[in-house]
Order: sequence, then structure tokens, then C-alpha cells
Amino acid sequence: MSRQSNRTTDSKKMNSELFTLTYGALVTQLCKDYENDEEVNKQLDKMGYNIGVRLIEDFLARSNIGRCQDFRETADVIAKIAFKMYLGTTPSVTNWSPAGDEFSLILENNPLVDFVELPDNHSTLIYSNLLCGVLRGALEMVQMAVDVRFAQDTLRGDNVTEIRMKFIKRIEENLPAGDE
Amino acid sequence: METRFTRGKSAILERPLSRPKTEVSVSAFALLFSEVVQYCQSRVYSVSELQARLAELGQRVGGSLLDVLVLREKNGRRETKVLNILLFIKVSVWKALFGKEADKLEQANDDDKTYYIIEKEPLVNTYISVPKENSTLNCAAFTGGIIEAILTHSGFPAKVTVHWHKGTTLMIKFDETVIARDKALEGR
Repeated sequence: MSRQSNRTTDSKKMNSELFTLTYGALVTQLCKDYENDEEVNKQLDKMGYNIGVRLIEDFLARSNIGRCQDFRETADVIAKIAFKMYLGTTPSVTNWSPAGDEFSLILENNPLVDFVELPDNHSTLIYSNLLCGVLRGALEMVQMAVDVRFAQDTLRGDNVTEIRMKFIKRIEENLPAGDE
Repeated sequence: METRFTRGKSAILERPLSRPKTEVSVSAFALLFSEVVQYCQSRVYSVSELQARLAELGQRVGGSLLDVLVLREKNGRRETKVLNILLFIKVSVWKALFGKEADKLEQANDDDKTYYIIEKEPLVNTYISVPKENSTLNCAAFTGGIIEAILTHSGFPAKVTVHWHKGTTLMIKFDETVIARDKALEGR
């Protein structure tokens, strides 16, 4: 594929509605195919992971960012650059653990959930779980094993949407990439 | 009344319907769409089934989009004429979805039920490489689904199919009743 020629086109922005609605159609389809919220959550995470693995290349090529020195820098890059670049929103970074290995992203605008209301029979569905997979997959490609999960979600009645990220370990370079 | 309308968990009903300020990157959409295509592919056996699935997803998008676009662009007034609804799609719908008008709108020479919307490089195909053995695959089936839902929900039942012709062509075939009604309206 001629990547170079596409470079200028894909940094383009678009109205978020097609994105939001496409995601919504996907989640609806998954709910139909799986019938079980837990399975849908898993599938969303898996798809997110696949996206993350590809997205990190795009991100590194476009942002000119080198290796992060520590997890705090990683957090900043994710919130201020990556989220801004792809979803047009900047979450705040808070709730650092004393050891500095855990933090929260507070999302004020989550473009995935515009127009969305969860019906009562999907109370365990983590609607935006795709994001967790994206973060996990992308960080894995830069040798960081991280646990990512939704701690709070406005869709489920919480006041804010909070993604909790916990650093697990640095992945040794000699391991084959992509192995979990 | 269903509980979800009274629960008040989210303020979604209070939100203004005006144009959203948020923008996402085209890469984010491309990566998501590619996963959608792969997911659909993993559950079907043929190209036509895959296209049908993509169209079905598109129909959900179109169904949700119609009302908000009519409110925003048309002050809540629906189109009643075939030509007007087609122009609404070519201009308003396309702009809302892809940030530009569709390249061309044409009527078939030999058939008053058939119209074409032609798009040289549809966004959904920009990042999808079509394998040789499945060269009929066209992911614009997704866009076809969106358009079919918009037409059908507006009271213009139609079948929308997608073809490789001058780029990508969406072929819109209206139900006979639609054309008959349109002619009756014109005659008045």
C-alpha cells in the first residue's frame, strides 16, 4: 500500500457522528450475536486490541514522540496527545497511586457515547470497552504491559467516566511481539 | 412508559441537536471500520453475505441519522418528492457523513425507477484493499445501507446496491409505488 501518499489525507479530521454511529451499530450487532454482555465486553476489548496494535504505528509516525521515560510521561502522552489526536478530546490524568504505577483518565467527552443510552437489560455492558483494548494493544507494542479497565461510566449512572490504568511490567524485547 | 425514559440517568434528552463540535481523526474511523469489516467477515461465508451484513450495519446508522439531519438542515420538514430526497442525500447527508457532497447524481436513461449516486473515492473504501479473489467486494455496501435506511424511513421504499462503476456507484431502485406517487404529485 502506498502509505506515503496517504499520509496527508489520514491526518484529516471528520465529524464525529459517523464514527459514533458506526461504533453504535457495531455494539448493537455484537449484542445480537452474543446475547451475553460479558462476551460483548470481551469481543470489544479484543477488537480494540487489534486496533491499538495498528494505531500505535500511525501515532508514532505522526507525533514524533520517542520512548517515554516513565509511566507519568506515558500518561501525559496518552491524554494530551493521543486522545486529542484521535478522538478530539483531552481527558484529565488523576488519582495517581503512591507508587506511581496506577492512574485514572477522566473522560469528560467520550465521542463513542454521543446519542447512547443503555437499556436496563444491558446493565453489565461496558459500552466503550473498545478503548481499553486500544490502550492495552498500543502500549504492548511499546513494551509496556498495562491493565486497563473502566472504573466508572456515565452511561451506567456514574458522575464521570473513568478509565483506570495499572502498569504491570516492562515486556522484554526478546519476546515475540504480540504474545500475551 | 418504559422505565428508560423516566430514569434520568443520562441527560441525553436535554442535549441540543445542533451540529456537534467534536471531531475525530479519519484514522480512528478507518481503523474502527476495518475492524468492523473483519468482524463481519469472520461470521460469513461469501462476499454477498459480507456486503449484506455491512449494509445492515449501515441501515442502523442511517436510521439514527435521518431525524437529526432533517431537524438540523430542513427545520423538521420532510421531503415528499423523489428528486428532493435524492438531493437531500447527495448534499446534506453526504456532507454530514463525509464532509463533502457526493460526486454525481444521475438517473438511468432507460428506467425511471433507477438512480445512481457516484462517488469516485468513497471514504469507507480508502483504506480497504480488496483481495483479488474477492474483487466484487465493496465496503461501500455500508454506505448503501445508510442511504437505503434514510430513503425507506422517509417514505421512499427503495433497494440500494453497490457496484464498481466509475469508482463506486450506489444504485437506487425505487419501489414502483414511489414513482407512481411522484408522477401523481407532479400531475396536480
